[in-house]
Amino acid sequence: MIFVSVGMQMPFDRLCQAVDAWAGDNGRDDVFMQIGETDWRPSNVEYTELIDPSSFKARVRESTLLVMHAGIGSIVTAFECGKPVLVMPRREHLHETRNDHQFATARKLVGLNGVVVAMDEIELVKRLDEMSIEEVPMSISKTASPELLEKIHAFVHGSK
Amino acid sequence: MSKANRKTRVLAVSSGGGHWVQLQRLTPAFSDCDVAWATVRPQYRDDLADKSDRFHVLPDATRWNKLGLVHLMLKVFILVLKERPDAIITTGAAPGYFALMFGRLTGKRTCWLDSIANIEELSLSGRKASRWATLWLTQWKHLAMPDGPEFHGCVLPNLLQDDDDAVVQEAHKERSQ
Repeated sequence: MIFVSVGMQMPFDRLCQAVDAWAGDNGRDDVFMQIGETDWRPSNVEYTELIDPSSFKARVRESTLLVMHAGIGSIVTAFECGKPVLVMPRREHLHETRNDHQFATARKLVGLNGVVVAMDEIELVKRLDEMSIEEVPMSISKTASPELLEKIHAFVHGSK
Repeated sequence: MSKANRKTRVLAVSSGGGHWVQLQRLTPAFSDCDVAWATVRPQYRDDLADKSDRFHVLPDATRWNKLGLVHLMLKVFILVLKERPDAIITTGAAPGYFALMFGRLTGKRTCWLDSIANIEELSLSGRKASRWATLWLTQWKHLAMPDGPEFHGCVLPNLLQDDDDAVVQEAHKERSQ
């Protein structure tokens, strides 16, 4: 199962349309998409506009490959569940987000185990063709860094 | 119970998605505190490590929705009055901004932890919120400045972090030009 998700804030048709076309071209019937609140409708895959947090996690767990926008919540869930993820950033100049922070996040993710970055929809389709579900993501820590936890602990207790 | 031996009261606030995920990663820092959480989706209660913590749901509004923001502001104001926290911490965005504002105006300790997604520049809400924050933090060393924000680590230590000090120095050099 391939699970596509673009988060709850805004749609990301460019990503969803590319995967929908790819699924049609390749006769894939194992793709499920969360597309956001948009007028566009996929023609080759099952979809939902929005998804609640527990169904989101359940979908992630039962998938072998994730395709997601470069949002922190999506990426962290993918790594926490140990699933390989194909990430494509929203772009500011295409009005897909308010600034290019996802582009910066995507560039930071390049080269990490278990994540493949596609900078646009053309690269996304290429990567979908070659992406291996065997790849196991690196394990990540469950909490913030010790230094940050110590700083916040001191802050809440009013010590410097 | 007298003030001297009661637990420190913490109010941890954020909007949804990545902001909430990041806030959860601070949980161990509140281990000896009386914690209340506030966010924008009721289902997020399932994510709490300690299910006995208080949990509040706020309306979801962004800075593009003026009426929604006023509603949110009132809800946050009431929440801060009701919770009487000693310290307020947020990872953004709009709910955290209002919580810090009311918190600071009523003499609480207030912390803004800018989202780890802001790699190249600080968030607009973070820059605006800095005036209400007694502690202003960035998660990227190269964004730290002498007058704030400070850098003291991040919420995704082995996933998203500065590669090495060369990158940091390069960024400082670019900014000072």
